[in-house]
Amino acid sequence: MSAKLEHLCEKLKEILGGAIGDPLSRLGEVTVEVPAAAYHEVAKTLRDHAELKFEELIDLSGIDYLSYSDRASGLRFAAVSHLLSMTHNWRLRLRVFASDNDAPSLPTVTDLWPGANWYEREAFDLFGIVFEGHPDLRRILTDYGFVGHPFRKDFPVSGYVEMRYDPEQRRVVYQPVTIEPREVTPRIVREESYGKAGGRG
Amino acid sequence: MAEIKNYHLNFGPQHPAAHGVLRLILELDGEVVVGADPHIGLLHRGTEKLAETRTWLQTVPYLDRLDYVSMMCNEHAYCLAVERLLGIEVPIRAQYIRVLMDEVTRIRNHLLNIGTHALDIGAMGMVLYTFREREDLMDVYEAVSGARLHAAYYRPGGVYRDLPEQMPKYRANKFKDEATVKRLNAAREGSLLDFIDDFADRFPRYLDEYHTLLTENRIWKQRTVGVAVVSPEQALQLSFTGPMLRGSGVAWDLRKKQPYEVYDRMDFDIPVGTNGDCYDRYLVRMEEMRQSNRIVKQCVEWLRNNPGPVISDNHKVAPPPREAMKSNMEELIHHFKLFSEGMHVPAGEVYASIEHPKGEFGIWAVSDGANKPYRIKLRSPGFPHLAALAEMCKGHMLADATAIIGTIDLVLGDTDR
Repeated sequence: MSAKLEHLCEKLKEILGGAIGDPLSRLGEVTVEVPAAAYHEVAKTLRDHAELKFEELIDLSGIDYLSYSDRASGLRFAAVSHLLSMTHNWRLRLRVFASDNDAPSLPTVTDLWPGANWYEREAFDLFGIVFEGHPDLRRILTDYGFVGHPFRKDFPVSGYVEMRYDPEQRRVVYQPVTIEPREVTPRIVREESYGKAGGRG
Repeated sequence: MAEIKNYHLNFGPQHPAAHGVLRLILELDGEVVVGADPHIGLLHRGTEKLAETRTWLQTVPYLDRLDYVSMMCNEHAYCLAVERLLGIEVPIRAQYIRVLMDEVTRIRNHLLNIGTHALDIGAMGMVLYTFREREDLMDVYEAVSGARLHAAYYRPGGVYRDLPEQMPKYRANKFKDEATVKRLNAAREGSLLDFIDDFADRFPRYLDEYHTLLTENRIWKQRTVGVAVVSPEQALQLSFTGPMLRGSGVAWDLRKKQPYEVYDRMDFDIPVGTNGDCYDRYLVRMEEMRQSNRIVKQCVEWLRNNPGPVISDNHKVAPPPREAMKSNMEELIHHFKLFSEGMHVPAGEVYASIEHPKGEFGIWAVSDGANKPYRIKLRSPGFPHLAALAEMCKGHMLADATAIIGTIDLVLGDTDR
């Protein structure tokens, strides 16, 4: 870990203290997890504090941890933002889990970084995370009248409906999908010793 | 007096100035835009979801289809992310090739942008000149990867193959006689590097031509100066990156500030604007092409003198050479495993970003140790820029909306993913 990241981790601990978990530094990046209740306050401090100064929100995205093996908490949905400080030239990943799996909801950060507007709309559209206080939370990427949240892990890749032109009704109609989902290469997680000398297989 | 209502104008999705399938609902007060609501997603293909069902290697060609005018830069960010998760080293020659091709891509991208932007707001001739040079760079793409557009040339661990020793040549046919073919082939007699070098020698002169055509052009200036002014503070708030940010006077370029590959060995400058209007962003892009040309020159020089491997020799990640595969059992197994099951990437997450011609292109990759990504998030530069369209259009005339769409350097494949 470079001295710069160590410095950032120390500063985070010093300034945010109890509001966040331990900053995790891996692969040259620092990740901070924050409970939903403290999210907005922490984000504000990150942006405004002179020694942190994350003035730009680079990215905000949703994620569904439904089938992720390492997640003990059982919480599915998280919003992950990547922050950038041009003053100090460092980055930070901020992760916040929504406490309810059935109706995930998080506070918005559009008032802090106006650039979050479309990112939150996207996370709402694709994962169904509701951002409370968002000025204009509409779907953004999916079709008009789309049902469901396609990037959730329990949403099939082929979807539920398909669209075709119906010559009799002379318009485009929706119908249930007719294609079978298929998997060419199965998803495999190998054990640690796989392929190493001495190990089997 | 009669009551006058604002009215709504539906712009696109099939409109030549929409640069693809952008649907824009404009609220107009007479001819003044008071609100703009872009409807995107008409080109949404769910690349991120598709990536979850493909092996790490199979995702590479999907990235070409994001920003389909700067293909290799998209691949670059993805390869960086996978390499960082795997913790593998890329051979130095591959790093130089990547930097060279990135800069070729940047010139290509800006040529298209400036040509079509000028076309949108009335300078019909410009696009003919920029596309003439862009064609040469298309040929560079074709020579290295076999494809003019969707290259799939960068691979985790390096690049697919070394630069070719020969350039493809024109042949005489009933449309092109011998004399024409001879003229067209003049620069193509040597290797690819000779061709690029020749292009880099010619290119500054072309740039001067573009400056003659546009920079002091009265109509061009009337259409761009003072249009869509973005202050540096606003640009930061709206998550701007790349030329959009530098046009507002913020000197931020990942190639300088957080160098990746061999950018720290390159000698180049970062142009910045002062007013943050369309004209400044145009000037920034023009100067960036000149700087990219300098980087291209330096890369060609180095690549000529330093042969070496171009892809990692870790055969769990990169395929073994074909000759070895034919005679060696182990190499054959590696090849089979790599292209059927694919590589296994250690669990973890990483955010890799590069200075894409349009801004910061980032990939947030989450792996759970499988042969497929758990989640890929593509941070495309066009997305926040388009989100700011409403802000930038407000108070301008309807005709300026076209100029603003042009200055964003919009590619819907990139925004919609």
